[in-house]
Amino acid sequence: MAAIEIRLPVARKLVVQSLAQGSDKHLVAPGDTITTDTGYMRGHGTYMGDEKLVASVAGAVERVNKLICVKALKTRYNGEVGDIVVGRVTEVQQKRWKVETNARLDSVLLLSSMNLPGGELRRRSAEDELAMRDYLQEGDLISAEVQAVFSDGAVSLHTRSLKYGKLGQGVLVQVSPSLVKRQKTHFHDLPCGASVILGNNGFIWIYPTPEQKDEEAGGFVTNLEPVSVHDREVISRLRNCILALVAQKLMLYDTSIVYCYEASLPHQIKDILKPEVMQEIVLETRQRLLELEG
Amino acid sequence: MDSLLFCLKASVTLEDLRVDGRGCEDYRCIEVETDVVSNTSGSARVKLGHTDILVGVKAEMGTPKLENPKEGYLEFFVDCSANATPEFEGRGGEELATEIVNTLYRIFSNESTIDVKSLCINPREHCWVLYVDVLLLECGGNLFDAISIAVKAALFNTRIPKVRVLEDEEGSKEIELSDDPYDCIRLNVENVPCIITLSKIGCRHVVDATLQEEACSLASLLLSVTSRGTLTCMKKLGNGSLDPESIFEMMETGKRVGKMLHTSLQKILDKEESLGTTRQKVGFLG
Repeated sequence: MAAIEIRLPVARKLVVQSLAQGSDKHLVAPGDTITTDTGYMRGHGTYMGDEKLVASVAGAVERVNKLICVKALKTRYNGEVGDIVVGRVTEVQQKRWKVETNARLDSVLLLSSMNLPGGELRRRSAEDELAMRDYLQEGDLISAEVQAVFSDGAVSLHTRSLKYGKLGQGVLVQVSPSLVKRQKTHFHDLPCGASVILGNNGFIWIYPTPEQKDEEAGGFVTNLEPVSVHDREVISRLRNCILALVAQKLMLYDTSIVYCYEASLPHQIKDILKPEVMQEIVLETRQRLLELEG
Repeated sequence: MDSLLFCLKASVTLEDLRVDGRGCEDYRCIEVETDVVSNTSGSARVKLGHTDILVGVKAEMGTPKLENPKEGYLEFFVDCSANATPEFEGRGGEELATEIVNTLYRIFSNESTIDVKSLCINPREHCWVLYVDVLLLECGGNLFDAISIAVKAALFNTRIPKVRVLEDEEGSKEIELSDDPYDCIRLNVENVPCIITLSKIGCRHVVDATLQEEACSLASLLLSVTSRGTLTCMKKLGNGSLDPESIFEMMETGKRVGKMLHTSLQKILDKEESLGTTRQKVGFLG
């Protein structure tokens, strides 16, 4: 039984800037002038004030030809078609479920967009409506894909594939959506023994890799068998590594998570969240990622 | 919440492993700093994971209470700042604040906690009143423990100026403050207890629950433990029920963990004291 550690605070040191190669980003705070040139089109996160372009959020300026927009560091999730999201069911309504996905409005999962067990394709009847609660209840976690975005910004989801559906045992980590890198696939089976779903909305689901490959994370039967200690240790370590990457503002994708996991192996799981250990691990991860790039 | 609850229950029930890798009796990393607010007699800031507490102690002259004319007393006030969580907006934090204040009064009502007789200047006329103000800056689970650690550290840091009572010929008393600003009396915080909150998850209990773990636990036991391992006060929180046997187990765990907490805390307070003026003050801009 370890002693309780109490320490004196230490002033935080700035992380070495020279490591980042593209470090000449134009960072702005709300109210900062981006440019006084009127030839640009204004994108998200900007507004026109007094003949100059002003930022409305805190983040980095991105310029694509004539379009200037500001990408904020910490935002709510803005849905786009094709994104993978992990959400929690908050309400069961007439023909749909309301899912919380860290967006400004609750996302909607229509009954017609949900897979029926057995993969049958038919019109949803009144019995299906009454049996909605057997599929998904309030508090259940699901993985889904964005089908459409309504005019008010609310997102419509669908689980029209066997890889989406209700999630079983695992750990949820909530981060800012801007830290999840957009990739071809967001379902990863990591070599360390766990699987991870990197939701574009910032919800990251870590779960033990299922043994049979046909039985994906979808479906409605949750596996409630106890998870082995070894798997649970791997999942806890991954969770702490992800929190360490988020604290140091590194983009989250499968390679960065795996490198961070490997860098954290010499330390105990609960030590990863200590500030000095966090910095050391993330520094090593950063160096390896830079080496990988070239 | 079901999947989360089950994962937590299983991991805590079968093995000594929580979601963040800690054991059932491990605390998160605690940071303590005293003397952060310059215009108080004593102050302390405690960071326990995502929980941030600031305590300030001001010593003022007042009249002793009628029932205890030869003693000074302590007054507690808790402010749940709206910065901590959106639920504290407006008057949302008042209920929690009243609960914390009542718990603190209960703990300090024991006469051996703080030597209140030393706070008396003139029986029935003048005494020192210590106003202890607690400010909740961030709410990350396990509030009571962090608040009790901060109150103990702030009382350790409190410096009350030495006063002399001068008698006039007519009999009226005058109070004279010492000229030397460093001439002050310190409080003996050896017997000040710390609160240990034990939350019951599944069939085991955990110390220092995070917000997620608190949401999953149906019942928790709040124990106030002194540095010698004596239990002075006990309170049950939550809607769930506790088995009498598990209450005994929780009490034993609480006493054990409490003794360790006190040793670590006293060590760090002594270390901070020994650094003296060479200590780099981090404060809020570190």
